[in-house]
Amino acid sequence: MKIHEYQAKALLSEFGIPVPKGAVASTPAEARKIAAELGGKVAIKAQVYAGGRGKAGGIKIANSPEEAEKLAARMLGTRLVTHQTTPEGVPVSKVLMEKAVNVQRELYLSIIVATASRMPVMMASEAGGMDIEEVARISPEKILLEYIDRSTGFQTFQGRKLSYGMNLSPDQIRPATSLMANLYKLFQAKDCSLAEINPLVVTTEGEIIALDAKLNFDDNALFRHRDVEQLHDVEQEDPLEVKANNLGVKNYIKMDGNIGCMVNGAGLAMAVMDLITQAGGSPANFLDIGTVNNTDRVVAAFKVFTTDPSVKAILVNIFGGIARVDVIALGIVEAHQQMDIRLPLVVRLAGTNVDEGKSILAASGIKFIEATSFDDAARKAVAAAKGDIN
Amino acid sequence: MSILIDKKTRLLVQGITGGEGSFHTQRCIEYGTKVVAGVTPGKGGSQILGVPIFNTVESAVEKTGANASMIFVPAAFAADAILEAVDAGLPLVVCITEGIPVSDMVMVHDYLEGKPTRLIGPNCPGLISPGKCKAGLMAGEIHLSGNIGVVSRSGTLTYETVAQLTGLGIGQSTCVGIGGDPLPGTTFVDILKLFQKDRETKAVVLIGEIGGTAEQEAAEFIKKKMTKSVVAFVAGATAPPGRRMGHAGAIISGSSGRAQDKIAALATAGATISPSPAKIGLTVQKVMKKWNAAP
Repeated sequence: MKIHEYQAKALLSEFGIPVPKGAVASTPAEARKIAAELGGKVAIKAQVYAGGRGKAGGIKIANSPEEAEKLAARMLGTRLVTHQTTPEGVPVSKVLMEKAVNVQRELYLSIIVATASRMPVMMASEAGGMDIEEVARISPEKILLEYIDRSTGFQTFQGRKLSYGMNLSPDQIRPATSLMANLYKLFQAKDCSLAEINPLVVTTEGEIIALDAKLNFDDNALFRHRDVEQLHDVEQEDPLEVKANNLGVKNYIKMDGNIGCMVNGAGLAMAVMDLITQAGGSPANFLDIGTVNNTDRVVAAFKVFTTDPSVKAILVNIFGGIARVDVIALGIVEAHQQMDIRLPLVVRLAGTNVDEGKSILAASGIKFIEATSFDDAARKAVAAAKGDIN
Repeated sequence: MSILIDKKTRLLVQGITGGEGSFHTQRCIEYGTKVVAGVTPGKGGSQILGVPIFNTVESAVEKTGANASMIFVPAAFAADAILEAVDAGLPLVVCITEGIPVSDMVMVHDYLEGKPTRLIGPNCPGLISPGKCKAGLMAGEIHLSGNIGVVSRSGTLTYETVAQLTGLGIGQSTCVGIGGDPLPGTTFVDILKLFQKDRETKAVVLIGEIGGTAEQEAAEFIKKKMTKSVVAFVAGATAPPGRRMGHAGAIISGSSGRAQDKIAALATAGATISPSPAKIGLTVQKVMKKWNAAP
């Protein structure tokens, strides 16, 4: 789960990490008021779940409260399109107003759990302010790593290694080390999947401040962090994904094609998308329907398909293991009774209770195209979406 | 032979009295698995499906000689259940539970270090040695006893593959679902090592997906140590970056974890790549024909 920069900075601050003075504004008038209180030059930063804001016009500097109001008015209520968003962009409902700092150096600091070593790892680099993947590609030697042992936690010597490694001055070593230790504390305490400060800046006054902040959280651990879960801003997510989630259809991801897919199992769902693409089509979504014990989720998935204007055909591919094929079939029938579904439907059923499932569909009188195999299903769905068969 | 489980496996089920736990225990028993004990704290002394229930894993092992555990405990308590099974000295622990926090798994891996337990999963369908033992969720009847080892990060894609193999009359030695989490207890490399040693296994099917570097590590092992043929498929060539595709571990971050890179690594290492998930069985058949044609 992602949160906004202003929320991430509040958490950093709570854990003793210095951030610029600032506050969040939802209206131009608020922006003006905050700018006046901060005094001098202020940065206005669009609060969206996407990187690349600077280049996309989502970060501006104002020299006066009036200018701040004007610039905030231009951002608020619009949609920001960056290289990380869809062409429609993401809505800007809040801007973070911050006192501008005098930047001397831009550094990079982050923590993730390294899957290969199964340990948290802190990454630090002198090359801050740019995409770390880019740094890794161009000058990997500039990325310093410290693996963190669970039993000892982040140690001071590791902070010194990273701090000296980034060529910090002697009086900056101690504050940098304590900042790193605090970031690890936050990472652990809140079950983060990513804690990234980019850039971490050294000001001309010699202070070390988190100028930007990105915190992502382990979805599986949210049950023990209700405070964090509340921070989630559904406005930033795709409306169809939000709708699906509200209807109890988890694991739905909107894609840009026109074949609505219902599959059981994540790997199989990805494989079906791959097959559709190989057959010359394009999936409208990824959906792992999961273990279905009643028809509700199947009906809900059809609701999502019929809401999505890009869907031209529906493909149901179920290999019953834990999921029972007969329940899926009942769900398909129920969905057609509840809704006026005119989209061509391709169905491929296999596995547990497949014969029951097939007879339920046959007896229902619903019009559908039966597929005999996995790739047959993909080919028929592609043809159906093109209007070649129905 | 087979790997990890066979007729000698004496299975214990943690969380046996829950809905999923009892449902799948019953199906394992029907398949012929020797389920010797269940563990549900507070229900010790009672029975379910004719299986005696114990309060702790330790007492269950002591009384029944269980040598493997299958875990259906809810995510919030699953790490504790794994640790209990490791503490009891069980050589094999299969954790079916989905949704365990990453930090809990970091702790589990720390605890496992230097201990004799092999953990399969979490977030996995378990494993089956056809005709011998099933410790998992897969429908037993789609399997056929034989010589192909199957190892996969995905449950239903494994069922799909097994159905293709069985449909062609190609049996399996053992099918292992290592699970879709970012920090699995057992990796592709661990299972490839076991298949390489297993006399019954003649070739291996490896089913990967986007996210992480497990397939690249497998490729490295295949290149250096594997003499048996490997047929591979990697799901998610069309998955968008930055999105978690159902499985916690199935995410392309930046330029790492892409299907294309994994496929290239496996192909370079000498694995035969199945061009489509629907052709995995046929690809295995072709590879087998090649051996038969060889002098």
